[in-house]
Amino acid sequence: MANEKLKIAFYWAASCGGCEIAVLDINEKILDVIQLADIVFWPVAMDVKYKDVENMPDKYIDICFFNGSVRNEEQEYMAKLLRQKAKTLIAFGSCAQEGCIPGLANLHNREEIFEKVYLKSHCVENPVGTVPQTRFEAKEGLLKLPEFYDTVKTLDQTVEVDYYIPGCPPPVSLITSALEAVAKNQLPPKGTVLAPPKSVCDECPRKKENKKITKIYRVHKKMPEPEKCLLEQGIICMGPATRSGCGAQCLNVDMPCTGCGGPCPNSPEQGAAMVSALASILGLEEEKDRYTEKDIEELMRQIKDPVGTFYMYSLPSSILRRKVMKK
Amino acid sequence: MTERIGFEPKIIGFLCNWCSYAGADLAGVSRIQYPPNIRIIRVMCSGRIDPAFVLEAFKNGADGVLVAGCHLPSDCHYLSGNFKAARRIALLRKVLADFGIEPERLRLEWVSASEGDRFAAIVRDIVEEIRKLGPNPFKNKDGETQ
Repeated sequence: MANEKLKIAFYWAASCGGCEIAVLDINEKILDVIQLADIVFWPVAMDVKYKDVENMPDKYIDICFFNGSVRNEEQEYMAKLLRQKAKTLIAFGSCAQEGCIPGLANLHNREEIFEKVYLKSHCVENPVGTVPQTRFEAKEGLLKLPEFYDTVKTLDQTVEVDYYIPGCPPPVSLITSALEAVAKNQLPPKGTVLAPPKSVCDECPRKKENKKITKIYRVHKKMPEPEKCLLEQGIICMGPATRSGCGAQCLNVDMPCTGCGGPCPNSPEQGAAMVSALASILGLEEEKDRYTEKDIEELMRQIKDPVGTFYMYSLPSSILRRKVMKK
Repeated sequence: MTERIGFEPKIIGFLCNWCSYAGADLAGVSRIQYPPNIRIIRVMCSGRIDPAFVLEAFKNGADGVLVAGCHLPSDCHYLSGNFKAARRIALLRKVLADFGIEPERLRLEWVSASEGDRFAAIVRDIVEEIRKLGPNPFKNKDGETQ
C-alpha cells in the first residue's frame, strides 16, 4: 500500500474555471502531487471520457476534487457518478460548497434565464425564438442535451460530501494544507471545512476602532483611507460574516471582502449574519432623540442590491435557497 | 382563490421577555380575545433576534412573523436592543423582498408590559392582513415555479 500511488480526479460543473487554475497556482508543489498521486480524470487537462469513469470500479478514485455547482442534468449525473467512484469527495471552491456566482441564478428560473440569454439580450438575433431543448429529432437520429434546472444546487445538496475547501478560488495555502493532510493521512473528521474557523476580520491587518457608521459608500464612490477598517469607513465589507483562510488578501489591496470564504462555523447563514452585523453598526446620529421609521428606511435604502451583496456566494446554501417565483 | 377559503394563517411571534411577552401575558390574564393563529416564542430581547430566525420561520412555512419589543427610544431593558432590532428588521425586509416574500409578512411592533389590549389588537390586525396576502409562497415546491 505504501508505494502505491493515490488516484486523484478533478471535475468541474457550473463554475468559471478559476478553480482549475487555482490547482496550478500551487506552482512547483504540483510536482510533489505527481510524485504522490496519479491523476486519473481531469477533463480540463486530460482526454479521459465519461465512459472511462463509468468503467472504473466503485471507490477506485481515492480523492475527487469537485468544483462548480450543480445546475443541469449532466452535472448532477457526474456528481453522482464521481461520488460512487471516489472514496473521498471534496467540494472544491465556493461554487461546489455554497453555490457562488452561478447560484445567483436562483433569483430567477429557467424561463427567465432562457428569455434573457436566448431571446432578449441585445447581442442576440433569434427570430424564430429557439431555446435549448432536451431532445431533438434530427434526420440522423435523436439528439439530446442535458436538462437545465430551475434551481442551482450545491454539491452537498446533490450527493454526500466529505470535505469542503472554501474560496473563489480557494487560496493556495488552503489547497496545499489540504494536500499535505491527504499525503500524511491526517484528514480531520468527515464534513470539515478545511479552513481556519475564524472570520476574515481576524486575519485583516486594518485598524478597527469605533464601529458606528451613518453613511454607506459603494466601492467606486470612495477612496478608502489606508489601514483603517473599511466597514468603519462606510464601505460594505463582508469580513465579519466570512470565514478566513485567505489572509485577507482583498483587504490588503483596499478592496472590501465580498464573502467568498463562506459562512463562519458558528453562524451558518452568511447573509443573515451580515444583515445582523451591518444593521447593528449602521445608525442615525443622535438616534435616541430623533427616530422615525422613515429615517431608518432612508438609512437602509443606501444599501443597493441587498441579496446580491449579502448572498453573493451563498444563495443556494442559504436558508431560503432561492427567490420564490410567482406566475 | 379556492386555496384561501379556509386558510388559517400561521404567525410566529418573537416577543421580548421584559415588555412584549409581559404584554401578551396581560392580554391573557385580562381575558382579551384575540385569534389563536399566533405561536409565541419568548426571547430575552428584540435585539437578540437573529435574521436567520425569521428566515427559518418562513422556510418552515410561517405565513407571517411578528417581532415585538420595548418601546423606543428608552424602554429597552438592555438600553439599545430595540434600536438594533428596528434596523435589522428594516434591512431584513429589503432582503425578503428580493427573495420574493412580501415584506408585510414581517412586522415589527412595540408593546409594553401594560399594553395587553394593544397586543391583542396587533395580533388581530396581522392575522387579517396575512389572510388577505394568502399563504406563504415558499410552502409550495420550495419557491420554484408553481
